[in-house]
Amino acid sequence: MKEFALIFRMNGDAAAGAADITPAQMQERMTYWNNWMGSIAARDRLSSSGHRLGIRESKTVAPGDVVTDGPYTEVKEFINGFIIVKAQSVDEAVEMAKGCPILFGGGKVEVRPLVASDDNK
Amino acid sequence: MDERQLIPDLYRKEYGKMVTVLCSRFGIAYMDIAEDIVSDTFLSAAETWGLKGVPSNPVSWLYAVARNNALNSLKHDRVFQRQVKKELTMEGEKSFEMEIDLSPKNITDSQLQMMFAICHPSIPVEAQVSLALRVLCGFSIDEIAQALLTTKSNINKRLFRAKEKLRLEGVKIVVPDSREVSVRLDTVLVCLYLLFNEGYYSASQDKVLRRDFCLEAMRLTYLLIENASTSMPRVHALMALMCFQASRFDARVNDNGELVLYEDQDIRRWDEELIQRGNDFFIRAIRDGDVSKYHLEAAIAWWHSHPAEEGEKWENILRLYNQRLILEYSPVAALNRAYAFYRVYGREQAIAEAEALQLYGNLFYHSLLGELYTGVDNEQAGRHFMQALDLAGSDAERAVLEKKLEGLK
Repeated sequence: MKEFALIFRMNGDAAAGAADITPAQMQERMTYWNNWMGSIAARDRLSSSGHRLGIRESKTVAPGDVVTDGPYTEVKEFINGFIIVKAQSVDEAVEMAKGCPILFGGGKVEVRPLVASDDNK
Repeated sequence: MDERQLIPDLYRKEYGKMVTVLCSRFGIAYMDIAEDIVSDTFLSAAETWGLKGVPSNPVSWLYAVARNNALNSLKHDRVFQRQVKKELTMEGEKSFEMEIDLSPKNITDSQLQMMFAICHPSIPVEAQVSLALRVLCGFSIDEIAQALLTTKSNINKRLFRAKEKLRLEGVKIVVPDSREVSVRLDTVLVCLYLLFNEGYYSASQDKVLRRDFCLEAMRLTYLLIENASTSMPRVHALMALMCFQASRFDARVNDNGELVLYEDQDIRRWDEELIQRGNDFFIRAIRDGDVSKYHLEAAIAWWHSHPAEEGEKWENILRLYNQRLILEYSPVAALNRAYAFYRVYGREQAIAEAEALQLYGNLFYHSLLGELYTGVDNEQAGRHFMQALDLAGSDAERAVLEKKLEGLK
């Protein structure tokens, strides 16, 4: 079994729209996330529940002590969290990613294999 | 009191305490000697009391005789004398004097220490449970074999290997110090949880024995709660979980010894007082931001101790099972989650979730799929119930499944 990071990428515009959702919608989203992660965990395929990443209090540091507010803003997308799953192949990890609730809110999931420490290819 | 019942009753209550105190005095390597001394004590009780009548305080009689027997073996048993005495004097007791302290406080302390010694990571958890049942709770090999649905010779082998391992590892009978206690405590809690479940879910017909297993698990958990260094939030959470579960003990088996499914239970047979005790423990479990699997399972059990109509019961149970699994995988939790999924989203969606688990050869996997397919595809339902029937270990389980199969026709 291999490990893959599922990285949640959000479009800046979609994220801005997310600010004014109702508490009921918020609740619904939480339920989706909870069920999606629960279904991966129920198959014993969740390796790490990872982390959500915040927007506030985030900075980007560039060479020459250049510090800017927020995530890397030149690209319109930013990463807002990740989990690590166990899968036989990248295709299987992709199948898991297809159920991710971020896809319904204008986001994308990037599937990346974890590189073993002795693998320098 | 019925005199014939007196000695078996005392054996159940006192055997474990006496063995524990002696063994923690001698060291883990001499568990067999401690057990022999206590068994001899009960043998003399049976002989003497039969002839001379029961003493006015049978427990102090037993303690006094056990103490004498221990001191005698110390004097006369050369091996014992050489080994135990050497070890104890090496540990810094200058002038060696064997004291056997059977005060309530020392009994409690010894049991607590023994719990950590038995629940040592070097031995498998099944062996820990058997050892705890034998040494801490004083169940006979017969009773343990019966409740765990195995043979006496299996239990004997398991105990022998476990004792051997503890001896080889040189396990100390102490409560670990504060740096280690948190890690070691988790092993103890897993063992107590399993001990409770053996009583609660055992397919054994002996209801009294099963209830005793549960009560013993709760008694030992309570020892951890009473002790300052082990009284952590997750211990309270485990205790709350046990109280909530035990509150349905009477409701889940009917007068004919048949299993009553949760949906069909008579709520009036739920034990309100235990639910209240569970609430109290649960409140004390919520501190320091500690969220263990016991917290989540206690919260699930809390919802189960309330009738179906209240709140968004199954939505909450599903959410908690999700969290439980995200924290740590368990096949039982995965199957229960699929059932909760059915209660919230219906059969079709739950079938997909359940089949994804691929727990072929698991009794509950097949009975759950049988349940979910009922009314959707009765042929599939029948196939799964038949597979479950092949896997069922007890008459009570078979009876439930046969009723389900009958219902499909």
